[in-house]
Amino acid sequence: MKFKDVFSIIGPAMVGPSSSHTAGAVRLGRIARQLFGKQPEKAAVTFYGSFAETYQGHGTDIAVAGGLLNFDTDDKKIPNSLNIAKNNGINLIFSKETGSHLHPNTARLCLSAASRHLNVTGSSIGGGNVQIVNINGFDVSFTGLYPTLVITYRDRPGMVAEISGLLWEKQVNISHMEVDRKGRSGEAMMVMEIDDPLPEEVVSKIGSVSGTESVRKVDITKGVLS
Amino acid sequence: MRFQTIEELVTLGEQENKSIADLMIEEQSSETGRTPTEEFSQMKDLYGVMKNAVRKGLTEDTTSKNGLTGKDAQRVRHYTASHDPIAGEHAAKAMTYALAVSEVNASMGKIVATPTAGSCGVIPGVFVSAQERHQWPDEKMVQGLFCAGALGYVIANNSFVSGAEGGCQAEIGSAVGMAAGAIAELNDASPREVSHAVGMSLKNMLGLICDPVAGLVEVPCIVRNGFGAVTALTAADMARAGMKSVIPADEVITTMFDIGNAMSSDYKETARGGLAQTPTGKAMMDNIFGRG
Repeated sequence: MKFKDVFSIIGPAMVGPSSSHTAGAVRLGRIARQLFGKQPEKAAVTFYGSFAETYQGHGTDIAVAGGLLNFDTDDKKIPNSLNIAKNNGINLIFSKETGSHLHPNTARLCLSAASRHLNVTGSSIGGGNVQIVNINGFDVSFTGLYPTLVITYRDRPGMVAEISGLLWEKQVNISHMEVDRKGRSGEAMMVMEIDDPLPEEVVSKIGSVSGTESVRKVDITKGVLS
Repeated sequence: MRFQTIEELVTLGEQENKSIADLMIEEQSSETGRTPTEEFSQMKDLYGVMKNAVRKGLTEDTTSKNGLTGKDAQRVRHYTASHDPIAGEHAAKAMTYALAVSEVNASMGKIVATPTAGSCGVIPGVFVSAQERHQWPDEKMVQGLFCAGALGYVIANNSFVSGAEGGCQAEIGSAVGMAAGAIAELNDASPREVSHAVGMSLKNMLGLICDPVAGLVEVPCIVRNGFGAVTALTAADMARAGMKSVIPADEVITTMFDIGNAMSSDYKETARGGLAQTPTGKAMMDNIFGRG
């Protein structure tokens, strides 16, 4: 189901004017920020479809900037987020492209700082709900409605078992999971939506599993499900 | 959730002798693992945001950034205070409050997406005016929001709730369907009557395109929220009177999906068609963004 609970219909509480173009855009920016793990120095944002046509009118650029600052959808600072981002040293570049194969409200965010880079593509599917569809070339599909773990690793037998075992030890349930890889024994990505917030120690344990390259925790559920 | 269609929702309500609101609270609680009290409390916070948005729209400056809209709710309120409104007192109040919330949204104020920000005025307009009229406690209104949420959950998963995907029918249309069913249930309608209120009101919204002038959630979005609130009231009255939606609500929802898919993207929030491309609409866009 695209919409999983009552608060994806009645909610979120948000700063206007558009749930797809403002609240959804805040969440796309915020998820990208959390996947990056810290504030980026540069963010190049490409808008597609209806986002590209109307992003200025809806304040989509402002909203994405707010998300990159890790703001929630109802943060009263959102209207000033372009200035705040600038003052915090984030170099923001907005552009638009056509991409008819994509959902009509889609953005690609390319974040960088020093030698680190991250590409995230996500769509705003209505009512402030979002779907992340690609991270650094890996096809994914998650909404941010649940705490989410995104792990990059070198593919090998037993990886899924070891990591899910660590969650099981803490009685953390996985509600949705997917893996994608660029080739056998190559670079791979695991995405797990979980039912409860994850203790920090589990995150660091996963980080020390042989073959793990990075572990990122995305949690934008404040005001969503908890 | 144990229901994916309006019919399943009605059947569950009839079999278990429960209101749609109570069913939704139970289902939500089992989905999230939290207690019904926690779910209720989160919804109560959201209702607080809605009431606050009504107040703000009636008392503060809601002129939008581009100056296109603002303070119409206050104009209407001023008028209804000194005249006998043509639509009648209660309908006029629902309409006024819906405009107020929608103007708060357009001026980047805080609202609740119900189901979207573009349609955020309809449910608060209907709910807050009804609460004042009947002196209902907040708890009853929060129950009503769970009913609206259950109906919206079915609509959203079987069709869509964004203008970019399905046109305005998906936004204001969904909000009107949700508000109609919920206000009917708040007035003691059975689950079956609720389904007729949803079906009849949604039928009235089919085909409505999303054509925001300059791409802004202002023209015609704000007035459509005002109209939407009144439509919801009329549908609830029809259903309470025993009128039936000849085409069942689930089939109307599927039809909305089909119409939305057939709709040209010019009419899906891109500002490339409809009112956005009228001479006046284009001139406004030129003024605001320096482009046509």
